Amino acid sequence: MRKRKGIFINIDRLSVLLYFTLVFIGWINIYAAVFNEEHQNIFDFSQNYGKQLIWIISSVILALIILMIDIKFFSSFSYIIYLLSMFSLVVVLMLGKEIAGSKSWFQIGSFALQPAEFAKFATCLAIAKYLSVIDRKMQTLKTKVFAFLILLLPAGLILLQNDTGSALVYFSFILVLYREGLSGSFLIFGGIIAVLFLLTLWLGILYAIGIVLAICLFLLLLIKRKRNNIFTLIVVFLIAGGFILSVDYTFENILEKHQKTRINVLIGKETDIRGAGYNVHQSKIAIGSGGLTGKGFLKGTQTKYNFVPEQSTDFIFCTIGEEWGFAGSSLVVALFSALLIRLIIMAERQKSKFSRIYGYGVCSILFFHFIINIGMTIGIAPVIGIPLPFISYGGSSLWAFTILLFIFIRQDASRGELL
Amino acid sequence: MKDSYKARKYVIISIIMLMGFIFVVRLFFLQIVDNEYKLSAENNVLRYVVQYPARGLIYDRSDNLLVYNEAAYDLLIVPKQLKDFDTTELCQLLDIEKHELIENILKARKYSYYKPSIFLEQITSENYGRLQEKLYKFNGFYVQKRTLRKYPYKNAAHILGYVGEVNQNEIKKDKYYKQGDYIGKSGIEKSYEKELRGKKGLKIRLVDVFNRIKGSYKDGRFDTLAEAGKNLQISLDIELQQYGEMLMKNKKGSIVAIEPASGEILALVSTPSYDPNLLIGRVRSENYKKLSKDSLQPLFNRATMAQYPPGSTFKLINALIGLEENVLTRNTKYSCNGLNTKPIGCSHDHFSPLKLISAIELSCNPYFWNVFKSIIENPKYSNTKEAYDNWRKYVKSFNIGEKFNTDISNQTKGFIPLDTYYNKYYGKNHWKALTIRSLAIGQGEILLSPLQLANTAAIIANSGFYYPPHFFKTIDDENELKPEFVKKVNTIFKKKHFKTIIEGMFQVYEGEHGTARWFKNDSIQICGKTGTSQNPHGENHSIFIAFAPKDNPRIAISVVVENSGSGAKWAAPIATLMIEKYLFGEVKPNWFEENIINTNLLGN
Repeated sequence: MRKRKGIFINIDRLSVLLYFTLVFIGWINIYAAVFNEEHQNIFDFSQNYGKQLIWIISSVILALIILMIDIKFFSSFSYIIYLLSMFSLVVVLMLGKEIAGSKSWFQIGSFALQPAEFAKFATCLAIAKYLSVIDRKMQTLKTKVFAFLILLLPAGLILLQNDTGSALVYFSFILVLYREGLSGSFLIFGGIIAVLFLLTLWLGILYAIGIVLAICLFLLLLIKRKRNNIFTLIVVFLIAGGFILSVDYTFENILEKHQKTRINVLIGKETDIRGAGYNVHQSKIAIGSGGLTGKGFLKGTQTKYNFVPEQSTDFIFCTIGEEWGFAGSSLVVALFSALLIRLIIMAERQKSKFSRIYGYGVCSILFFHFIINIGMTIGIAPVIGIPLPFISYGGSSLWAFTILLFIFIRQDASRGELL
Repeated sequence: MKDSYKARKYVIISIIMLMGFIFVVRLFFLQIVDNEYKLSAENNVLRYVVQYPARGLIYDRSDNLLVYNEAAYDLLIVPKQLKDFDTTELCQLLDIEKHELIENILKARKYSYYKPSIFLEQITSENYGRLQEKLYKFNGFYVQKRTLRKYPYKNAAHILGYVGEVNQNEIKKDKYYKQGDYIGKSGIEKSYEKELRGKKGLKIRLVDVFNRIKGSYKDGRFDTLAEAGKNLQISLDIELQQYGEMLMKNKKGSIVAIEPASGEILALVSTPSYDPNLLIGRVRSENYKKLSKDSLQPLFNRATMAQYPPGSTFKLINALIGLEENVLTRNTKYSCNGLNTKPIGCSHDHFSPLKLISAIELSCNPYFWNVFKSIIENPKYSNTKEAYDNWRKYVKSFNIGEKFNTDISNQTKGFIPLDTYYNKYYGKNHWKALTIRSLAIGQGEILLSPLQLANTAAIIANSGFYYPPHFFKTIDDENELKPEFVKKVNTIFKKKHFKTIIEGMFQVYEGEHGTARWFKNDSIQICGKTGTSQNPHGENHSIFIAFAPKDNPRIAISVVVENSGSGAKWAAPIATLMIEKYLFGEVKPNWFEENIINTNLLGN
């Protein structure tokens, strides 16, 4: 087939437009979040928004470079990139700088890089490469084991850096695996586990087991009372009961106190607005005070006067909610959802399995960040410090998400070419 | 290549859309439905900064400034912002001990880490001057301006009263006050609190998480300015007051001087007194404790709060009642056998028999016993009770047994017994004129405050009416707006009867036997009456009431010098000097002024 003649030919305009829109929204809200009278110039490079502009410009350059790279490069070098990335995760454990309790940064002068951010696209490439091999079947045990290993390696290394949030991101790949044939029961199973987990913590062991028992008995009335069915139900009940007991045990005996408090605050058992719940409480106040149309650009008081912590990084959504109100915050939610759905449509139009899997990987990672970050600021997800892609302040994350996205856009641009 | 799982994209798209939907719904509730977050946001950032108005100034009747405001500074502390500092230096700058410093910091911490609280109240302006230059060394300390009352004259403490922090009761009574506000606690400061205090203003400020002020809320659209208190002119003549306080130095007692034509109080001296500047600022509580423990009770306003048997000054009232009841004329004669007269002896021997004017001049006890007897045993009345009630009605007409409903903050009613009082003591119908004969000469149960004594002098000066004694003169030059209490009150006595009484009082100075004849002043026609008040607390109180000039009187006065002897001994010369001082602005050299000033009657 024909080869592309220029780097912009066939690139997906909608996703690029959404990318730039989100980046722009991020930039002006970082400006608003740290705005003060003395530094009014948005190009002031001593301030976060000035620095973010540098990150944005360099990200665009990175994107352009990626668009120039030959499409073969990514699938050919995916394992090497993956291994290099895992190596950097090991090195950062030994040589990294500890920032806010996480040993996850390389510091070179005033320039800090977080290898965990780059491990995301590396892992994404590796899993795509592994699963795209012809006749690889998700149903076989071997495939499952290897796929999970590819994912658990970076997750484990990042967990060792004490960066729980970034480690949890790798769970999002379950969506990719599901798309590639992993049994839907994994998804349902995951959902049930989450529900049981919350039930146990909310109501305690006795009520949780009672509810499970009641459901089992109810099902017993509905199904045909064959021996097999009854047996299955009993097994399900026993497993559920065992899970409830182990959750309770884990919660009471294994989790650290601050982790327990965070979970308790999240599920509403504790209302400690000065301690663990402070961030979320202030975040909700900031967003809630925005009203329908917000207080206006630079008029936010909650974020500007530092009531909300980390308002330009993890809690950037507060500034959006406070200054742009319901209109602005739901627009951002809509833009994100549009980008995610667009990515799935793009993934589905790939002829190459590698590209499709990679596309789903991009979507899954962004989706996880999206639900956890925004969910955290509006108090329906635990406080896990991960950035809002393209919007939060930070060089590493913006670079990493740009690379992640544009590798896919690059592949998508060549979707018409013969492999 | 067959892709049997293609349909799963719909599941994944559904999950994404579901999450987006959940977020939008949640945001809808958070941002539009639930108002609680908007309120919390305001609580977070809005600080209401009270603007204290300047309290009104107080002037005397000649526009001398009596009370003004002086800036004072409260040192505030925000514990969170404290950094290491030189504690010794700060202690020196503030004149406090190190343990005080530590205690105050701990107290502030207990209150709040982020909010400012008062570290040290009312730093003097000298200390503030020194501190200000070095404040940059002490992170977390701020200065807040306040005003303190200042009294350029060290006089009239009881009249002016003092200002102090509001207590819980006062906050409950009036919602205007908040914890830490100041309120007039006594005297003029209390009576005119509403006018003097002005109106607090409110500035709404935006603050950040560390409580640092970031700007005004909506460009100050909701701010209100403080309104300064109104300035007040009172009727006091500060020079006369000063002179009175000097005369009464080292004596227990009081002077009340009133302008009869208006009821305006010209001077109100109560001694021992204190310097009003002692009860301001940081030293107040300590000094207050000291003053309240003083056995001479300097905080007690004798002029309005103390009550004494009026002694012979009361004879004037009995004479008026007799004249009004037609049981006495100016020519009625009674005889006196001197010290041995029954049932009441005279204080000295003199000619006999004598008429009313001479009886006043000489202060003859038996004469007024006869007057009193004729009133109580008046056949017009069927029994003693009826006659007594009638007598009492006349006495009450002098506002004895009542407070003056004016701007004088603390008053005693005085005392004049009801018939039931005597019924209780002697049994119903078991008492008659003889039983209560002490009343004839102002002894016994009857009690008057010096203020009531002065008002009695004013009533006689006016020949039968008075304006309730008060301090009010003008408020911020709104002269026409006199308070309601500035109104003429007529007694139930006919004007003509006063002529005789005034004549008698004139003879007290001018007569050959006048009890105050030694203090006669050639340039003023003074009318007076001595009183020697027997009391259970020791030696007699020396009492004198007077007014002058005889025609168109301009000053009516009462003087009480506790436990110092007869009325002529101390009270009469003091009253005479006060009158001269007021009418001429100065006192010509005479034989008794210096002696009065230098005599210490407290010595024991």
